[in-house]
Amino acid sequence: MDEEKRRELIEVLTQDARRPTDEIARMLDAEPEDVEDEIESLEEEGVLRGYSAVVDWETFDDDRAEAYVEVNVSLDRETDYVDIADRIARFPEVSSLTLVSGNYDFGLVVESDSMNEVSAFVSEKVAPVPEITQTVTHFIMETYKERGFGMGDGDDDERLSVSP
Amino acid sequence: MSRQDEGDEKGTAGEDESGSRKDGGGWAGDVAERVRAVPPSGIRRFFELAEEQEDVISLGVGEPDFAAPWSAREAGIQSLETGRTSYTANRGKRELREEISRDAGRFGLEYSPDDEVLVTTGVSEGVDLAFRALFDPDDTVAVVQPTYVSYAPGVTFAGAEPLPVPTHAEDEFKLTYERLREAGAEEADGLIYCYPNNPTGAIMTREELEGVAEFCRENDLTVLSDEVYADLTYDGDHASIATLEGMRERTVVFNGFSKAYAMTGVRLGYALGPSEAVGAMNRIHQYTMLSAPTTAQYMAIDALRRCRDDVEEMRRAYNRRRNLVLSRLKEIGMDCFEAKGAFYVFPEVPDGKDDDDFAEGLLEQEEVAAVPGSVFGEGGEGHLRMSYATGTEELKEAMDRIEDFVERNY
Repeated sequence: MDEEKRRELIEVLTQDARRPTDEIARMLDAEPEDVEDEIESLEEEGVLRGYSAVVDWETFDDDRAEAYVEVNVSLDRETDYVDIADRIARFPEVSSLTLVSGNYDFGLVVESDSMNEVSAFVSEKVAPVPEITQTVTHFIMETYKERGFGMGDGDDDERLSVSP
Repeated sequence: MSRQDEGDEKGTAGEDESGSRKDGGGWAGDVAERVRAVPPSGIRRFFELAEEQEDVISLGVGEPDFAAPWSAREAGIQSLETGRTSYTANRGKRELREEISRDAGRFGLEYSPDDEVLVTTGVSEGVDLAFRALFDPDDTVAVVQPTYVSYAPGVTFAGAEPLPVPTHAEDEFKLTYERLREAGAEEADGLIYCYPNNPTGAIMTREELEGVAEFCRENDLTVLSDEVYADLTYDGDHASIATLEGMRERTVVFNGFSKAYAMTGVRLGYALGPSEAVGAMNRIHQYTMLSAPTTAQYMAIDALRRCRDDVEEMRRAYNRRRNLVLSRLKEIGMDCFEAKGAFYVFPEVPDGKDDDDFAEGLLEQEEVAAVPGSVFGEGGEGHLRMSYATGTEELKEAMDRIEDFVERNY
């Protein structure tokens, strides 16, 4: 599969990873076996790291709590960002972890069943890590868009059913 | 698909009945002969049939299913917030003409924003202006068919005579020197066509345009080249006839924001041509339209400056759907040449049967709307226009239903 098709395959998967292979193959004007092979090698190369659903938890379950946590760290000769990140990322409560520029070092998304649990997790598990000097927790009040998917109802199709 | 059109919003875009009402509230005056001479198009009849069905999946829509890029919409909103609601220069805002002139360079077109660019209320206005400004009554304008339904009526409204030039499936609906000659176009004064084509999805390469250019130079034809689908080309780069030798001086190029930028309702297009031609068109435009809608012009400036990525993303999405539809049609056994442009495929009705019957049957039995090819003029009979400007899930469902329909009836 050429570079352009590979890129397009990734684009198709990011939009909807549940599409059957046959359908993806048709869309890319490729053979289903080639699509399967390509997905497999993208997985082996570590380009494709996983597939997950974008869920509007509010519609499903109000009890869920999520917070964005700013974390400041201090490094020393033996410890760099990767070491700290590795420690934090292992907690299942941490759904995303990024190193960012600006006033703090790491941005974490922490998910749990309640705000209390999120607070407890940050104060008992994250803050005590020796290199971490400060945490600021922002509870997420409402999600409007996630990974490209809006949480609203979308726009109606107002087009005429037949037009020139 | 939800439809919110009610009451007076009903009707197909650009096509209203020209006849007078028989029931009350009548009209005491006459209706002009050149208007009576043009019957309502077959699209309208088909639209009414489709509207009678409840859950139609429509492959009959001649416009994008995307909304305009948000950045362009935001620019329109901002222009309103800051009170930009006055007329603009007749030819369009200078800023916009400069952006258009720059953008046209992508296709090798060079036109001065000073006097060779005219911003119009959709390509439709531009084409109408050209018919009226560049042709005299009794002139003949060759109209390549099957085609978008407005050209021949436009020629008639301008008092000139349309001459159909059919193209055919065996040529992949491309226009050739030979087809022009067969139609007697050497006697014509002008030629209008649209490539990438609505309804067939055909495109023409630079090499293929050479023959057309040769015919037009030999027979001194003025060319109106509607290139509104230029950005929706899926194989190679779009080619404009105006870039061929000896053609710039006899060609007006039309393009706009409706298709590539999904801005049909914004109504904004433009014409590019030598000063004298565009100036003549502007003469009519300045008296009849004054200027294209100002909000739309602000949207268009932003579209050209910031929305190239959106266009490319939509193009790739259309291309994937095109591949999907072509591959399904092949399996179903409906012959279809590989349409490489716009967002239409134009398959043949199986067993050489009638396109009207197929389309009506498909609508009645399977609630899928596809437009019979014959409504787009000569060469379209025995084909169907299927638009893939519709969500992938709907397209898949439509193809399943078409498969059932063909198995049952053909």
